[in-house]
Amino acid sequence: MDAFLVALLNGLVYGLLVFMVSAGLTLVFGMMGVLNFAHASFYMLGAYAAFLSGRYIGFWGGLIVATLAVGLVGLFSERLLLRKVRSFGHTQELLLTYGLFFVLEELVKLLFGPTPVAYRVPDELRFTAFTIGNSQFPFFRLLMGATALLMFFGTYAALRFTRIGLIVRAAVERPQMVSALGHNVPIVFSGLFAVGSALAGLAGAVAGMYYPTSPAMAHELGSIVFVVVVIGGLGSLNGALAASLLIGVMTSFAVGVESTFGDLFRALGLGGLALPGLEAVQFSSIAGVLPYALMLLVLLWRPAGFAGNRA
Amino acid sequence: MLSVRDLHAAYGNIHVLRGVAFEIAGGEIATILGRNGSGRSTTCKAVMGLLPPLRGQVLLGGVDLAGRESHDIARAGLGYVPEERLIFTTLTVEENLIMGQKPAKSGAARWSMDELYDLFPRLRERRNIRAGFLSGGEQQMLTMFRTLLGNPSAILIDEPTEGLAPKIVDVVGEAILEMKRRGLAVVLMEQKLSMAMKVTDTVLVMGHGQIVFAGSPQAFEADPGIRRQWLEVA
Repeated sequence: MDAFLVALLNGLVYGLLVFMVSAGLTLVFGMMGVLNFAHASFYMLGAYAAFLSGRYIGFWGGLIVATLAVGLVGLFSERLLLRKVRSFGHTQELLLTYGLFFVLEELVKLLFGPTPVAYRVPDELRFTAFTIGNSQFPFFRLLMGATALLMFFGTYAALRFTRIGLIVRAAVERPQMVSALGHNVPIVFSGLFAVGSALAGLAGAVAGMYYPTSPAMAHELGSIVFVVVVIGGLGSLNGALAASLLIGVMTSFAVGVESTFGDLFRALGLGGLALPGLEAVQFSSIAGVLPYALMLLVLLWRPAGFAGNRA
Repeated sequence: MLSVRDLHAAYGNIHVLRGVAFEIAGGEIATILGRNGSGRSTTCKAVMGLLPPLRGQVLLGGVDLAGRESHDIARAGLGYVPEERLIFTTLTVEENLIMGQKPAKSGAARWSMDELYDLFPRLRERRNIRAGFLSGGEQQMLTMFRTLLGNPSAILIDEPTEGLAPKIVDVVGEAILEMKRRGLAVVLMEQKLSMAMKVTDTVLVMGHGQIVFAGSPQAFEADPGIRRQWLEVA
């Protein structure tokens, strides 16, 4: 039972981390339709910006500076780069942001080196929140989860209950009409892109302390966040949260299972059918593939995703 | 006063508007008639900045708005009710109306949500439901009211009665007359001659991307050749 609870909690926290990065992509890709392959690079930049500024202004100051700095990087990327290619369609957007992804990665390598930097949880936050059996649950993981939930409720409330949120929702549906009603849609979209980038920056600033802050961190989450947005449904924050948690828990449990496919076949009475190569393969080794398999199933069964209303 | 002068616009290589010109004062309704493809909707889009004009002027209160972004044009006091209605289906009726709200420029008529609900109480009853669930007539009223809440001094209304039941057509006509009473310059694109003749002060007929007739409803009725040449389908 303890192992189950630990795996569940680990899965939920990992899911919330994935959500932190996906939340911004939900705004940028899901709502605006901008195929920003470099979104996870903003997550990486957030970690490095917090690492750099935190040395001078402390942990909390570092979080704020990283969030704002990455928001600005996002704003300039949209206004100076993406806006120029938008009218040419998704292919150009994808190529541009794919290039941006590598430029940012190489830039970080150049400035900070290819190996992880010493961006660590501050001492005052390094304590055990609670213990389950023999497992200690660090407080900082709770803080990461709380940040993700705060991000969810904050973004949801801003979209649902503010005038600017109303304009964003309308502009996503019919930008020309919103413009004809007197709202400056390009500025609204630039702002939305900046907020989406800032959320990724905040996610990086928080998660970069717990997981290694290295140039590879954009690679590690780059594709999974697209999986989340597709499974959750384009533009749906609720869907992205549900998909993130499902992927987190599913992966966590898969990693914890010690059985092999051979065990499964034998349990089903199909021992003789097992392919020789598959017999010794551990379930845990397919944990990384599960989100993509889930995405395939969701696309087949419900192309609009869990909560989306458009494919 | 809305004054359109020598307006030209094109879709790619297709030159649709070839020097559209008309003038309309506040408290007046002008109806633009024309066959399908004559350029009526394109005129709306070019005036509103949704299709950048090639050349020409759009003067509202003496200020030239031609070539500006559509949000600038809307803020200058020009309202637009599109033929396709373009309501925000995922927002509630009231949220659609809030989207249209803007402070009035000096001299423009001021509209409140309550007044508009009084004009068409069905919308008040349905204020909290998603606009995508409204009937065609309700959607049309919502689109007009959304634009009116921006307190424009002139308004372009494209085919407001298309596909509507006769009872709703009357309500639309009454709303347009109310706009006139409040001093708006109303430019109406309409195919239903009977409805247009009931409300309009000026008839403008479009053909080949230009205004080919401008006159009173009586002058239009007295010249069957205009109707035969520019409106009737052989």
